[in-house]
Amino acid sequence: MIDLATIWAFIIAFAVFVYVVMDGFDLGLGILFPLFPQKADRDVIMNTVAPVWDGNETWLVLGGGGMMAAFPLAYAVLMPALYTPMIAMLLGLVFRGVAFEFRWRTQKARNKWDLAFAGGSLVATMAQGIALGAILQGIHVEGRHYAGGWWDWLTAFSVLTGIALVIGYALLGATWLVMKTEGELRERAYHLSWMLLVAMLCAIGAVSIATPFLAVQYTQRWFAWPNIILTAPVPIAVAAVTALLLRALGNKNDHQPFFLTLALFALSYAGLGISMYPYIVPQSITIWQAASPANSQIFMLFGVSILVPLILGYTAWAYWVFRGKVRPGHGYH
Amino acid sequence: MFEGWDAVVLARAQFAFTMSFHIVFPAFSIGLASYLAVLEALWLATKREVYINLFNYWLKIFAVAFGMGVVSGIVMSYQFGTNWSSFADKTGPVIGPMMAYEVLTAFFLEAGFLGVMLFGLERVGPRLHFVATLMVAIGTLISAFWILSANSWMQTPAGHAVNADGQFVAADWLKVIFNPSFPYRLVHMVLAAYLTTSLVVGGVGAWHLLRDQHLAGPRVMFSMAMWMATLVAPIQILAGDQHGLNTLEHQPAKVMAMEGHFQSHKDGAPLILFGWPDQREAKVKYAIEVPKLSSLILKHSLDAPLAGLDTVPRENWPPVPITFWAFRIMVGLGFLILGLGLLSLLMRWRGMMYQSPLLHRFAVLMGPAGFIAVLAGWITTETGRQPFTVYGLLRTTDSVSPLAAPAVGSSLIAFIIVYFAVFTAGVIYILRLMAQPPHPGEQGPTKDLPARAAGITPAAGAAVEGAR
Repeated sequence: MIDLATIWAFIIAFAVFVYVVMDGFDLGLGILFPLFPQKADRDVIMNTVAPVWDGNETWLVLGGGGMMAAFPLAYAVLMPALYTPMIAMLLGLVFRGVAFEFRWRTQKARNKWDLAFAGGSLVATMAQGIALGAILQGIHVEGRHYAGGWWDWLTAFSVLTGIALVIGYALLGATWLVMKTEGELRERAYHLSWMLLVAMLCAIGAVSIATPFLAVQYTQRWFAWPNIILTAPVPIAVAAVTALLLRALGNKNDHQPFFLTLALFALSYAGLGISMYPYIVPQSITIWQAASPANSQIFMLFGVSILVPLILGYTAWAYWVFRGKVRPGHGYH
Repeated sequence: MFEGWDAVVLARAQFAFTMSFHIVFPAFSIGLASYLAVLEALWLATKREVYINLFNYWLKIFAVAFGMGVVSGIVMSYQFGTNWSSFADKTGPVIGPMMAYEVLTAFFLEAGFLGVMLFGLERVGPRLHFVATLMVAIGTLISAFWILSANSWMQTPAGHAVNADGQFVAADWLKVIFNPSFPYRLVHMVLAAYLTTSLVVGGVGAWHLLRDQHLAGPRVMFSMAMWMATLVAPIQILAGDQHGLNTLEHQPAKVMAMEGHFQSHKDGAPLILFGWPDQREAKVKYAIEVPKLSSLILKHSLDAPLAGLDTVPRENWPPVPITFWAFRIMVGLGFLILGLGLLSLLMRWRGMMYQSPLLHRFAVLMGPAGFIAVLAGWITTETGRQPFTVYGLLRTTDSVSPLAAPAVGSSLIAFIIVYFAVFTAGVIYILRLMAQPPHPGEQGPTKDLPARAAGITPAAGAAVEGAR
């Protein structure tokens, strides 16, 4: 059961999850940007992530690069299958990435880089959500190649997952602002968190209801005996975390809403894992079929086991250096 | 649109376009990160204000350039899958781990310490801040190590086997990583990055000296940059020569294309200085050549025989005109850089370093020369290894994704539009920053005072006070 391919599946899953955790709130701030038209507010919002966004985005490179190294066949099948959403995501990330520096380099009050930041974040998030849905609904594979058309990814389900991710990242962004800002800005972030939480619960419900209809494997995985003993705790835990989150928002707690939202993401992510395992391309390629040879996976395992703890260490330090509330006029810029 | 186009050509155009835009930024930030580390070290050692002013001045430029490098780099890491999926499937077990190591050892290091480097001086104190700068600089060099190793393996594959699925697998990782062309390529590229940066720094310094010869900052940066160019240009020419000899050994067809040698020469091959290579007729038209010089350079003997492309099957020929001309542009600029270094040495010796408008104009003109030389060099080596992605083993036409031309063509158009819009703006912002001379009390990317109340540690605060 515990073999190299399984270990690597967990490592890649971990990298992608850390990406979602860290870049999720960055992108969420971009999605929420249009709701904060004041320049002063926007400066504060930007400054809450300016020192860390680059590190956050690096996990996406690890997810992609690690997948090419550990599961080259899956990478080679998924990328052409998700061609348009991938290109859209990359271009979206270009706009939002350069905006971090560019918006400080022009004096105009409402500058086009704010628009690039918001638009780029929205497009990148939507593309990631659509890609997720497109993977879940299955991909047409023949031999070692993607064999579908270049619009296959676009379905009602993938649009649903796209919207769900936009809502989810926006909630992460809103609860991040609750934690990192104060005064009127924080108040508005609170109100947004309430609305977005309701929307996120609807989105989780909709995706959960729609998923079993995609393929009979998902239904069996979730509802057949004895699997249900293992799967039932997931929705129960979602309910419990939701209750805690509602209480934390009610108490106007600073930190809890953000971390409980992360817990909600972790549970949804675990649900995704339950649906997919052991496939890396659902219904066609398992992690063992896609795995690169043992000596490639072992070679990288050395690096990962030493370097990832180190990376998490200095990343935590960077967050620690820039901890605390960010105030207007006290930015890092 | 794009019906009837060749999807392979479009995928290659996309890679060439996105890569050319990308490489400009790392070439600059590898050198600039090291320069910033040197400036900060000098400031810590001497406490002279001019160094911290220069540090903050170039740090702002670094922040903009680094951001552009990051976003254009992510595009590259996903492009192997989107446009070159067969290549990714077949070579993933070998070059995938090298790129994963690049992420783990370099990208995280750079990104993790970048925030502190850009915004953290007053929060962590000068010593720890210097560590952060150093980590970013080391990160850029480690990144160069891995990506050049991966590229070199594609050029001179070694230490591999092929498995039942037709994938390349590593038989010996050390042989894979330290493949035959890697040491040469690494040295050549890192020196190129240092030269590129010194030319930019020198050009900016010269620009301000042309207006005012007495500005402290421009004087210091101009002098440092000219030392760098003077010392590194000859080493780079030597390194390039060695790299060329290595290429002759492992990728002879590339050297034949660089030299324009369609025909073999039994007793001494001429060096074709200029001419128009005609791929179809297999000859260089209007050639201006020096007899036997090519044999002297490549074989260190006037009469050594030198094989030409007539010994290589025609389907394995690289596109000769591009390789031929890109190579000449790179070499020509290399000698111009050497000339600038020597002129600066002469002026320095005569005490005219800061008073010679001729030298300053030359330096301004040469400001972008490094970028052009880097691009020309990469075009030479990447065009010259065609028609293969893994040299001699995997053809470019067998590397692409199963995509139709319209998909690849549309994404190419999207990249062209977005890159020109975004990076033109970025370059304008950088030029605007450069147009201002560094002045006393220069601020870094920090526009306002940092939030002291919010968690600055007393020790770090004291360290900052102590440093003032």
